[in-house]
Amino acid sequence: MSANIHDIHDQHHHTPSGLMRWITTTNHKDIGSLYLWFSLVMFFIGGFMALIIRAELFEPGLQLVIPGFFNQMTTMHALIMIFGAVMPAFVGLANWQIPIMIGAPDMALPRLNNWSFWILPFAFTMLLSTLFFDSGGPAAGWTLYPPLSLQGGNSMPFVILSIHLLGISSILGAINVIATILNMRAPGMTLMKMPIFIWTWLITAFLLIAAMPVLAGAITMLLTDRFFGTSFFTASGGGDPVMFQHIFWFFGHPEVYILILPAFGIVSTIIPAFSRKKLFGYDSMVYATASIALLSFIVWAHHMFTVGMPLAGEIFFMLTTMLIAVPTGVKVFNWVATMWKGSMTFETPMLFALAFIILFTIGGFSGLMLAMTPADFQYHDTYFVVAHFHYVLVPGAVFAIIAAVYYWLPKWTGKMYSESLGKLHFWLTTVFVNVTFFPMHFVGLAGMPRRIPDYPVQFADFNAIASVGAFGFGLSQILFVYILYNTLKKDVTADDKVWDGAEGLEWTLSSPPPYHSFEKAPRVE
Amino acid sequence: MKNYLYMLALALPAEIMADWEVNMPRGVTPTSEIAYDIHMLMFWITVVIGILVFGVMIYSIIYHRKSVGHQPAKFHESTKVEIIWTVIPFLILVVCAVPATKALIMMEDTSDAGITLKVTGYQWMWEYEYLEDGVNFFSKIDNESNRARRLNSGQNVNNVDNYLRNVDNVVVLPTDTKVRVLLTASDVIHAWWVPELGGKKDAIPGYVNELWINIKKPGVYRGACAELCGKDHGFMPIVVRAVPKMEYEKWVTLQKDNRVAETKGN
Ligand SMILES: [Cu+2]
Repeated sequence: MSANIHDIHDQHHHTPSGLMRWITTTNHKDIGSLYLWFSLVMFFIGGFMALIIRAELFEPGLQLVIPGFFNQMTTMHALIMIFGAVMPAFVGLANWQIPIMIGAPDMALPRLNNWSFWILPFAFTMLLSTLFFDSGGPAAGWTLYPPLSLQGGNSMPFVILSIHLLGISSILGAINVIATILNMRAPGMTLMKMPIFIWTWLITAFLLIAAMPVLAGAITMLLTDRFFGTSFFTASGGGDPVMFQHIFWFFGHPEVYILILPAFGIVSTIIPAFSRKKLFGYDSMVYATASIALLSFIVWAHHMFTVGMPLAGEIFFMLTTMLIAVPTGVKVFNWVATMWKGSMTFETPMLFALAFIILFTIGGFSGLMLAMTPADFQYHDTYFVVAHFHYVLVPGAVFAIIAAVYYWLPKWTGKMYSESLGKLHFWLTTVFVNVTFFPMHFVGLAGMPRRIPDYPVQFADFNAIASVGAFGFGLSQILFVYILYNTLKKDVTADDKVWDGAEGLEWTLSSPPPYHSFEKAPRVE
Repeated sequence: MKNYLYMLALALPAEIMADWEVNMPRGVTPTSEIAYDIHMLMFWITVVIGILVFGVMIYSIIYHRKSVGHQPAKFHESTKVEIIWTVIPFLILVVCAVPATKALIMMEDTSDAGITLKVTGYQWMWEYEYLEDGVNFFSKIDNESNRARRLNSGQNVNNVDNYLRNVDNVVVLPTDTKVRVLLTASDVIHAWWVPELGGKKDAIPGYVNELWINIKKPGVYRGACAELCGKDHGFMPIVVRAVPKMEYEKWVTLQKDNRVAETKGN
């Protein structure tokens, strides 16, 4: 036994140092950190693009960029934020948390884990490099609808290849998550005893495996349409441009839940911890997550109500979409019931989680409105939609990620962040996120289409407010970087159980946890 | 919380809000009115649910906090409550689904139209063909807007008449007539949308989509392309002038005379 431990330590000491440590690492914590840092960098790159967009939209008329470049910015902003910022952040959290929450030493497939991360920097370098091409980057929107995307310049094959790489990375990551969760849980941890974050990630991983290949298929057909003379999507060759949209959204809707289910898991972990009360309705949380995931495969065409579907199709997709409100509602009610008669305190992670519940629910409300086909004919492709999905993605997914970082950072590093700076970061972020995105509901309803570089003067006031909010939001995130820096240069002082109300195996480990998290599997009663 | 602001905004006197339009226009067609009604129905339902849920949450935040000495309760499930808050939202949705489905059936019924207008989207203009009356023309952004919208044009767009919502050739349609609009495109996907005339529909190469409008009030209604169609997507406005039937007939005759004159001139 002691010889065994000695071996493990030896291995630890022989790990290369410096850059090679990070390139060759197979350790779940190192890889988790790589994912999280990568995501932070992408968040700033994507955010910088958003600020170019908002600066141009500050007032009517074109002042800064030409329309073609504006379209490249909206396209790249979405691709970077979805595939570069939010998804890698969740995978980073999965890497850090899954082994230490289920009582495992590491992820099941450590080498695969290394590879699935190291694909990303190459994929994004390739994607971003297209901005420097003479013909510019992709400009047809992240949805890449043909025939417009087929008109693109030389960037197109590079964009498609980088999306393929991102898909491979996601699928490998998902395989690893499933293998780890299904095989490496501590003895006694049955499926229905797993932490809820583990449940949401398990379901997300299955969604990834089911959805990413569909996207790969769609963009491969685009590639052959452009370069190999096929006409899957070109009407003049007998193809069907609408078929692309069906295939794309068959991926795209599950993708939406890939971006939000882990966030549900995080909020379901943080709310009980700071309410000092067990999560209300654990079983129904699991069933609700699973039903949302299943429903996500039969609602895709609500993204394309205006393409001229048969009436029966429109009714079907309207009703199934409305149905999603039921399990989502159950989740929100369960969170509120968890807080009810608790003993709440309001540390930074809790503040972000509470704001998540309110603001995500507002995004859910506009989602329910968008589900109603007759009204969607008006909402579709307007800023109302932009407001909706930013409410579920920014104060939704991104707030959950930030909450998770504050919640587990002391565990990861053994160092406590500054609570007062954390709260300042919370208030600045929450105020500015609403100043940015709330007015977009108004201009959208009043008739402002999305993806336009310039607009009629009647939309000027709310756009100016949104732009001010966006710069405030962006600058507030510099404070977040400072808080991280400030925390990391401190000494290790955090307790093993950082939060008195927190439950779970990760809090039984030291802060920071040992290199091979659980060398001996704990027993779960 | 946010819903309250929203309500406040809606309740403000119209004149204050004139330049701060916050809601969907009710519009002047049966389809725009039904879209508005469904929109407002859903809006108020979400406001009520929001007040209830956020109300309970805020109450809990105020009274069930550690700093006021509240001790945590032990309960963590209740099958009864969980069933109730699964079933009630479901019933609310059924109540919403009925009028929405009816509205949809009405909106998609393009039969018995008086005239047919065929709209073709191009990068970046529209072509209009009046199938029964044999009139057709192209319509693109007016020159004044088109000059002012250039990067650093030096022009103050606030002084441009209907900036980005004005065209060279206006679509003229009769009021109180069911107009069937056929939509297609020649290059990429566009979407034809005039908010006050109801919802949009995509104009797709290789497809002919349909929608119908029946304008109840004479006037000029402005809209734009709503589906990203390339670099000048933001610059392909739509202007519809609705006039009484008599006047429409005169307009058609005039268009035909002009056409004859043009042909002769050539
Ligand atoms: Cu267009």
